[in-house]
Amino acid sequence: MTLAKHLGIAILAGLVLLALSSKLDSFRQYQLAQVAATVIAVAGLTVLIGISGQISIGHGAFMFVGGYSTALLVMHLNWPLALVIVASGVVAGVAGAIMGVAAARLRGPYLAGATLMLAVALPAVAFQWQGVFGGDQGLNFTVSTPGFLGANFQLTEWQAWVCCVCALIALVLLANLLRSRVGRNWRALRDNDTAAALAGLNVARLRVSAFIVSAACAGVAGSLLAVTMLNVTPGAFTLALSIQLLTAVVLGGLGSLAGAIWGGIILVLVPPFLTNFAASHGVSAGSASVPIVGYGLVLIVVMLVFPTGIQGGVRRLLGLARPTATGQASAIGRRWQLAWKPAGSNSAVGNAADNSAGSAAAGTQIAASEAATKDGVAEEGTR
Amino acid sequence: MNRSHRLGLAPIAGLAAVSLVLAACGSSNHASSGALQASAPGVTAKTITIGSTQPLTGIAAPGYDEIAPASNAYFQYVNAHGGVYGRKIVYKYLNDQYNSSMTTTDVRQLILQDHVFALFNGLGTPTHLAVAPFINAEKVPDLFVASGCACWNATSSWPETFGWQTNYIREGKILGSYIAANFKGKKIAYFYQDDEFGLDGVKGLSDEIPASQVVAKEPYNVAAANPAAEVGTLTAALKASGAQVVVAFAVPDFMALLRLSELSLGYNPTIVSSSVGSDPQTIAGLLNAFAKKSGSFGTSLIQGLITDSYLPSLGSSNSWIQLFTKIHNQYIPKVPLDGNVLYGLSVGYTFVQALFKAGRNPTRQDLVNAVNSGLPQGVSVAPYAYTSTDHDGMTGAYMAVIKQLALTPLGPVQVTDNTATGAVTTDSTAQPPAPTSGIP
Repeated sequence: MTLAKHLGIAILAGLVLLALSSKLDSFRQYQLAQVAATVIAVAGLTVLIGISGQISIGHGAFMFVGGYSTALLVMHLNWPLALVIVASGVVAGVAGAIMGVAAARLRGPYLAGATLMLAVALPAVAFQWQGVFGGDQGLNFTVSTPGFLGANFQLTEWQAWVCCVCALIALVLLANLLRSRVGRNWRALRDNDTAAALAGLNVARLRVSAFIVSAACAGVAGSLLAVTMLNVTPGAFTLALSIQLLTAVVLGGLGSLAGAIWGGIILVLVPPFLTNFAASHGVSAGSASVPIVGYGLVLIVVMLVFPTGIQGGVRRLLGLARPTATGQASAIGRRWQLAWKPAGSNSAVGNAADNSAGSAAAGTQIAASEAATKDGVAEEGTR
Repeated sequence: MNRSHRLGLAPIAGLAAVSLVLAACGSSNHASSGALQASAPGVTAKTITIGSTQPLTGIAAPGYDEIAPASNAYFQYVNAHGGVYGRKIVYKYLNDQYNSSMTTTDVRQLILQDHVFALFNGLGTPTHLAVAPFINAEKVPDLFVASGCACWNATSSWPETFGWQTNYIREGKILGSYIAANFKGKKIAYFYQDDEFGLDGVKGLSDEIPASQVVAKEPYNVAAANPAAEVGTLTAALKASGAQVVVAFAVPDFMALLRLSELSLGYNPTIVSSSVGSDPQTIAGLLNAFAKKSGSFGTSLIQGLITDSYLPSLGSSNSWIQLFTKIHNQYIPKVPLDGNVLYGLSVGYTFVQALFKAGRNPTRQDLVNAVNSGLPQGVSVAPYAYTSTDHDGMTGAYMAVIKQLALTPLGPVQVTDNTATGAVTTDSTAQPPAPTSGIP
């Protein structure tokens, strides 16, 4: 039933995007492809952070793995595109499994540090083996539009299609996963890992599985970005990218797949918009930092106006406030703050979060998430 | 960073009067009939829009962020003096932060959304290599890449792309030829960037310098996590080799670190540097910034540094320097007139040369054809190599030594080719003076 609903929404969205993509000019199609690819990475990360309660400051590294896998597979083996994208996701998933095994032993700032190291270290691989990875200038490759679309079909439109289709498939799969026992177990792990372990859940395995799913998403996103840009360079997968993904997760709404869409849109579209805005108002000459400052302001304003992320804000504005959705992000946010503070300083932080998001909603959420925990536990118990 | 080389604003009033007079005779030599039409993407009856990607912020920004504003200053000068056949040049340069992935997106915006007539002076070897295939697939002219990589000369795969500055192989050969003649029997070491830039340079050096004289080759990684530590280790190796001459193919940051490391190790070889790492103002400023010193500290560390240059020497009475000083003082007086500004003004001039040659109502192919059929020497000290099968730019340079904050030439202009066997010869033709109108 859930699957049918998610599929229906995805097919509808796909038809809208199909109609839209043919109306856009080439550059907008290119941006649409970028947005779709980014959404997959953000969605994967929001599952990891918002649902399984782990953090990664190094997700750009998994995109690096996916992107370079794609370039190498296209250049040397010339596999069909669909196979290349899936294979890139699998390779990144394996990388995620390795990271996940380490991550299962680490928590909070230690986990953040370990993933940070990954983001800093991995792009250096491209410099170490320049013959394979092309060093600083990376790898250029080409993809072509399939023959049945005709010779004059725009490559950018084809790229937009590929990325949008992959994004929709990824979102449907993730949405179903989150509604399944796996998703409920991740939530149980997030809310209280001791309780989850006591209830018989294999905490380490759950942590690793969340990392695998999240890394595979990042790998597919990296693959699609490579297919869109037709090159991969170490510069595309800097630490800044990893931090931006994290920003997009929080901006969109922690733990919300719809929020991931908002996050992807902001990440791709806001910086060039600000650059063009600055240029058309004559401030670009000599002050190239204006767009960067503007981006920072957007982040601050969004966080002040929508403390539960854009998706939470949209729901509130539309009066769609469902406790399970609105309260979720704030409850997670509070838990994160709790986890990062010494035990004695909990109360003040907790109160602040409650006041900003509405304590009633948060209170309902705790009940809801505990119900989810019991749900997961009950299912595990029947095994 | 201390940039003391600011020019006064005083001459502007006088120069403004001169330029008014010049405006009257400005583009009279290009007068011809026929209505101006929108002949190509980016060309309207009134404007020609061109685009570029430049590091306005980020690691490569110090110094290089002056180049595009300087080119734009020259275009404004042209626009104020009749334009190109009456059309004004609109120069849209986007900040790619010297990051290839941003270059990729920026170039797509310029071509697919802004519909620029041509790409101009896109800066950087790795950044531009990432976009050259796309630019050529879109058949957009890609003129005068701001990089001396020999790779832009690939007419069969990239017919739209043209280099401009003397490439690193030629620079290496000219430096190598000077070293072979002037440092006979001395021990020589190479300090170079471990990518296209440094490797091309070493290739040229090796063509001229006997291998028996070379005692050490120390490549550095431009992406090193701790550049100062990396350069320190390499400098110790250079000192241990006993090299009396160190030849550097290094970007300004690493050139400055090399000098500081040598200072701290008490090692004082003769330094010979490619033009990339030898702009006196830039290096002196970086030395002061890195050592947290001020005043003449940086300047004193680069005295006697031997280098080459493919543009007239700043501070000389050369007519090109006079013209560019005038334009600089009028349009971008706030940026000091250093090697980067000179570069930007010069490459802007060369582009306007090509635009005029492309005709009144140019198509993109007309612009490419115009350069393919060769360009007059103009601001370059050596002739251009341009033909339909050769997209290298300048063919030579002159050797020079740094005195105070200027380059003093050490001899006549030398020209050569890219091949291992091609000789380095003296160019006997004198550089033509700048046109009095300032417009090609």
